[in-house]
Amino acid sequence: MPMPEWLRRRRSKNQNDGAALWTRCVKCAEVLYRPDLAANLWVCTKCGYHFRMNAFDRISTIVDNDFVEIGNEVQSGDPLEWVDKKSYPAKLAADRENSQLGEGVVCGFGTLTGRDVALGVMDFHFRGGTMGTVVGERITMLLEEARKRRIPCIIFTASGGARMEEGMLALMQMAKTTGAVARFMGDGNLFVTVLTDPTSGGVSASFAFQADVIVAEPKAMIGFAGRRVIEQTIRQKLPDQFQTAEFLLEKGHVDMVVDRHDLKAALGRILEYADDKPVAAEPDR
Amino acid sequence: MNVIVEREKGLLELERRIEELRAATASQSVDMSSDIRALEEKYAQIQHEIFSSMSPWQKVHMARHPNRPTTLDYLAQFARFDELHGDRHFRDDPSIVGGFALLGTRAVMAIGEQRGRDTKENLRRNFGMPSPEGYRKVRRLAHLASRLGLPIVTFVDTKGADPGIASEEHAQSEAIASCLYEFTQARVPVVAVVIGEGGSGGALALSIADRLIMLEHSYYSVATPEGCAAILWSDAGKAEEAAARLKLTAQDLQGFGIVDEIVPEPLGGAHRDAAGSIARVLESVESSLRQLSALPTAELLEARYGKYRRIGAWHAERLEAVDHNL
Repeated sequence: MPMPEWLRRRRSKNQNDGAALWTRCVKCAEVLYRPDLAANLWVCTKCGYHFRMNAFDRISTIVDNDFVEIGNEVQSGDPLEWVDKKSYPAKLAADRENSQLGEGVVCGFGTLTGRDVALGVMDFHFRGGTMGTVVGERITMLLEEARKRRIPCIIFTASGGARMEEGMLALMQMAKTTGAVARFMGDGNLFVTVLTDPTSGGVSASFAFQADVIVAEPKAMIGFAGRRVIEQTIRQKLPDQFQTAEFLLEKGHVDMVVDRHDLKAALGRILEYADDKPVAAEPDR
Repeated sequence: MNVIVEREKGLLELERRIEELRAATASQSVDMSSDIRALEEKYAQIQHEIFSSMSPWQKVHMARHPNRPTTLDYLAQFARFDELHGDRHFRDDPSIVGGFALLGTRAVMAIGEQRGRDTKENLRRNFGMPSPEGYRKVRRLAHLASRLGLPIVTFVDTKGADPGIASEEHAQSEAIASCLYEFTQARVPVVAVVIGEGGSGGALALSIADRLIMLEHSYYSVATPEGCAAILWSDAGKAEEAAARLKLTAQDLQGFGIVDEIVPEPLGGAHRDAAGSIARVLESVESSLRQLSALPTAELLEARYGKYRRIGAWHAERLEAVDHNL
C-alpha cells in the first residue's frame, strides 16, 4: 500500500513546495540535491552525515504505511506568561509555522514490519525539541495507551532538554513521563528509545535512558550537559568524539549504533523478541 | 558575590555596636539603654526593609548563603544517623550523604545533597553537585528503603548535577533517569525538603515525593538562573532577569501545585536561627510521614502517580485519537 496522502502532505515542505532544491551537507559541505537527499533518508550521499529529521519524514520511514496520531489536540499554554525578546506564545507560533508541527513531539500508533507499535517522534525543529508540558503530556498519553493495548513503544528522541519558558512545569514532565514509563515497563512491555542528534538534558536524564533497549544514530550528540557548558566548566576544548553515539557505545551507555537505512529492520527484529508471534528465522538479514 | 551577604554586612555592624554598648553598660554602670533602644529600632527597621519582601534573585542568594543550614545540619538533629557509603560500583560521592536514621522514634532512610561551607570542604563535596556515583548511591539507598519498608526523607540542596567529563563518561543521564524511576516506584512514603537550592534534574533526582516541602527562601528551578540565561540568551550575566521570569520561588511553585508545604524562616533567613528552622522542618516532615504512613501502599503509589500526572495535563481524561486516515 502506498504512503497515505496525509502523511505525504505532512512531511517536510523541503521536498515539495517552495523550498530550495539544493542544500549543503552540514558536515562535509557537499552540495546536495534535496530530492536525492530525501530519497536517501536525509543521509548525506557523500559523507554519511545523518541530517536532523522532520518528525513526519521519520514516521514515514518507520511505520509500514499506517499511522494514527494521538494527542495532536494538546497544545501549549503560557503558564509563566513568559516574555523576553518575544513572548512565549509568539515563539510557539513562529515554530508552528516553520516546522509545520503543533509541538515538539508527534505520537501515535502504527505497524512496523507487521507488528503493532506505539511511536513517539521528537522534532528538533520545534523549540529545539525541548520538553514542556505538551511534550510530556503527549508522551505520557502514548505510554498509557500503549500499556492498555499491551504493545511495545518506540520513542525517537531529539531534544535540548527541558523547556525554559515553562519553568518547573517543564522539569516536572521528567517525573510525569518517568511514572508512565515505569508503569508501562512494569507490566512487561518492551520500551525502546532511538537517540538522535541531539539528545540531552531533561530528556536524556529521563525516558531516553530508561528504555530496555537504547539505539543511537551514527554521530548523534548525546549527553546530560551541553558541550558548551562542560567546556566552560573545565575551561578546555573537548575532543570531537566526546558525547557521540560511538563514544557512548564504547562506554557502554547504549546498546547499538544503527545507520538510518538499517533502522527499521533493526527495530523490527527487536520487536520480534517481545512478540507472541513466532520469530521468522532469516539468518542472513 | 552573594547579594544577601552584602546586605547583611550593615546589619552585622549594627549588631556589633549594640553588643558593645550592652557590654559597656554592664561594666561601667553607665545607662545607655536609650542609645541601645535607638540602635535596636534602627536595626529592626533595616532588617524589615531588607528581608520582608525579597526579590526572586535575592531569594536565590539566600538559598546559597554560606551559613545556611546544610543537609548534615539537619541530619545532626535526628535522634540517630548511621551513614552508608558508596555506589557499589566505582566510588563514594561525598556530595551525597545518606543512611539509616531515627526521626524521633521513627526509623527512616535519610538522603541529601551536601555542599561545603568553605573552599576546602566544597572541593571535597564538589559544591554539592553530585556525580553519577552519587545518584547511584541515592538509588541504592532508596531501593533498600523500599525493600525494608522505611520511609524516605530527602534534603535537596544543589545547583545541579555535576557537568564534568567524568560524569558524562559514567552516564550522568542514566544515573539520574534511574533515580527518577526508583522514586516513582518506591513502595514507602517519600518526603522531600528543598532546604537551599533546587537546581534542575540534579534536584529532581531526589525529590519525586509524596510530599514536597520547601523552605520559605529556598528555590527550585528548571535550571539555575545563570544556566537559564546562558541557554536562552547566551549571557549568564542576565541571571537576575532569568530568576524573575522562571517563577522559581517556593511561593510561585505552591501556586502551580508543585510544592505541598512551605516552612517559614525567621526574618533574615534560616541561618539566623538554625536550630529553630531545622526543628520546624523536621516537625513538618514528621507530620507528613504520620499522614502518609496511614495510607495502604497501593493508594500511596496511585496518589503519587496522579500528583505528577496532573502537572501539565490537558485533555487527558478523554483521550481522543486524531485519525488522519479518515
